[in-house]
Amino acid sequence: MIARVVNFFGDPKYAKPRRLLFYAVLVLIVVADFLAPRVHTEYLWERLPGWSALYGFGACVLIIFVSKFLGHQGKLMRREDYYD
Amino acid sequence: MTEFLHPTVLFLIGAVLIPVLNGLLRKIWLLLVPVLAIISVATATPGDYGSLRFLGQEILIARVDKLSLVFATVFTIMSLIGMIYALHLKRGDQHVAAFAYVGSALGVVFAGDYLTLFLFWEGMAFASAYLIFAKRDQAAARAGFRYLMVHLTGGVALLAGIVIYGAANGSVLFGPVEGAMGVATYLILAAFMLNAAVPPLNAWLTDAYPEATVTGAVFMSAFTTKTAVYVLARAFPGTELLVWLGTAMAIYGVIYAVLENDCRRLLAYHIVSQVGYMVAGVGIGTEMAVNGAASHAFAHILYKALLFMGAGAVIYVTGRRKLTELGGLYRTMPLTVALYMIGAFAISAFPFFSGFVSKSMVVAAAGYDHRAWVMLLLTLASSGTFLHTGLKLPYYMFFAKDSGLRPPEPPRNMLIAMSIAAALCIGIGVYPAPLYALLPHEVDFVPYTAQHVTESLGILMFTALGFVLFLKSLDPEKTISLDTDWVYRKGARAFMWVADVPVARFEQAVSRFSETVGLRFLHRSANASLRADLGGVDAVVNGVASTILQGGRRLRRVQTGIVSQYAVAMVAGVVAAIAVYAVVWQ
Repeated sequence: MIARVVNFFGDPKYAKPRRLLFYAVLVLIVVADFLAPRVHTEYLWERLPGWSALYGFGACVLIIFVSKFLGHQGKLMRREDYYD
Repeated sequence: MTEFLHPTVLFLIGAVLIPVLNGLLRKIWLLLVPVLAIISVATATPGDYGSLRFLGQEILIARVDKLSLVFATVFTIMSLIGMIYALHLKRGDQHVAAFAYVGSALGVVFAGDYLTLFLFWEGMAFASAYLIFAKRDQAAARAGFRYLMVHLTGGVALLAGIVIYGAANGSVLFGPVEGAMGVATYLILAAFMLNAAVPPLNAWLTDAYPEATVTGAVFMSAFTTKTAVYVLARAFPGTELLVWLGTAMAIYGVIYAVLENDCRRLLAYHIVSQVGYMVAGVGIGTEMAVNGAASHAFAHILYKALLFMGAGAVIYVTGRRKLTELGGLYRTMPLTVALYMIGAFAISAFPFFSGFVSKSMVVAAAGYDHRAWVMLLLTLASSGTFLHTGLKLPYYMFFAKDSGLRPPEPPRNMLIAMSIAAALCIGIGVYPAPLYALLPHEVDFVPYTAQHVTESLGILMFTALGFVLFLKSLDPEKTISLDTDWVYRKGARAFMWVADVPVARFEQAVSRFSETVGLRFLHRSANASLRADLGGVDAVVNGVASTILQGGRRLRRVQTGIVSQYAVAMVAGVVAAIAVYAVVWQ
């Protein structure tokens, strides 16, 4: 069972159903976020349905590009033999 | 005995007996000791134990209360999991070191005064360093040496802080720091922050952990930083500085994880990131925040060990550690993939996994404390956590391009250890009540609300969308990243230059002087003594010399030889010290 689930995520022949499943999950989450009752809302963003999706995506993109910028332009990344 | 058997005693006796046991008997012993320790912690009655006077100071060997018990509980559970994972090792040296390490960590957690704390603090540094040296290659020896140097420096700072603190306050009892911060408290705080890997004092961790042995790194991921979180929570709750350093840490680890190619170094940067949540929680200092820090430490030890066990299993069966050299392993290692992913979901705080019920408590505590920025930044860091530990690392390690490797699953004991950790990760996530009952303060927090679940899933799954869309930008590169260890790795070179060039020149000048002036005098006096010496004296001298030479040879063998013997000697010393304590306070 476990091997089959893992295989579904690895085998290239399941690429299409995998993608469909992924997008379906994304849509479901946003829909659910619109329906979820908001009890404790102290901050502005907690009242905005769908905010977390935007923030998650934004955070991800920001982290990737800021880090790579620091790595390449900021010279944090060096050749493997740098200390030798 | 009294109502409390100190688990450190169990581990130290356990360590001493390992070398004399063999085969199955040793394996049983290796598992029995952690089990007994779990029982001793579970049945411990809160109170003060082992109070005595030493060098005119009040010493308290063990203070058992809710805060120390929650850490001790997870430490003992972790020691059992780690031992199962390391059970296949033929040699006993790493087991001895691991027992001494766990015992020392428990000694710190129960320490009621700074002197006891310091003793075990140093014990932890030495025992854990052995787990790096045990890999027996040059990179490990160097990293281990740096690790030891950094920790000994931290230890000296701690000792200095303790001495000044004791002189000023007249007591070295360990508790919340009161009054204004002074030199003493800053020194102690710095030493604690060093062990918690707070930047810029973080580089020892990411430098050394990936160089440790497969099984050693699992132990290391659990104890050093979390004892530091414990002592911070005990001594410095509500210290504003820690809120910001913790938040910065959470993001710092995430940024470096993007750049990392070594699988265990990537995970090590996520220790830095996750400990950031705990440090921030301690800094906020409200009951909910300290609860959050403690519960997150509990959950973190289990899922982080699971992740290190997964990556370690891959290294064990493939012998490779760089993401650029791995890939496609899912075909032959599905169980490892599944178990690793449970750890990844737990660290990412997916609903029904342990991180969800602990990390969110810290974030919510920041919210209740009206710290919007802290809340937003910590949420940003959790997106990064999933991005690397849950997506990038498994993708490049297990899926992605086919590296052509078809390794088998790791040995059964490794899979069992990972399964136990995985079961706990899910168990805590599904039913957090027992964990919440262990926490130092009353818990007034409900993790499972519709809003919180959809919000978390939104953050995580749209992080996954970003990953899918920008996959190409995340391809691992064959590089290493500069961190603050640059200062002492390059600084050491500068020091060596000073030693080589100016100092060597001075030395040359001195020897030239002695050759011209000193030698002539020596020649003359030597000739005189030679004449006096000829005769019976010679034989005696030769005899003595050859004895010394032989003795020296023997001594040298002991010295350069096997480090495990040092470890045993050290452990024996600690046991003897404890025995002396025990006799004194009877």
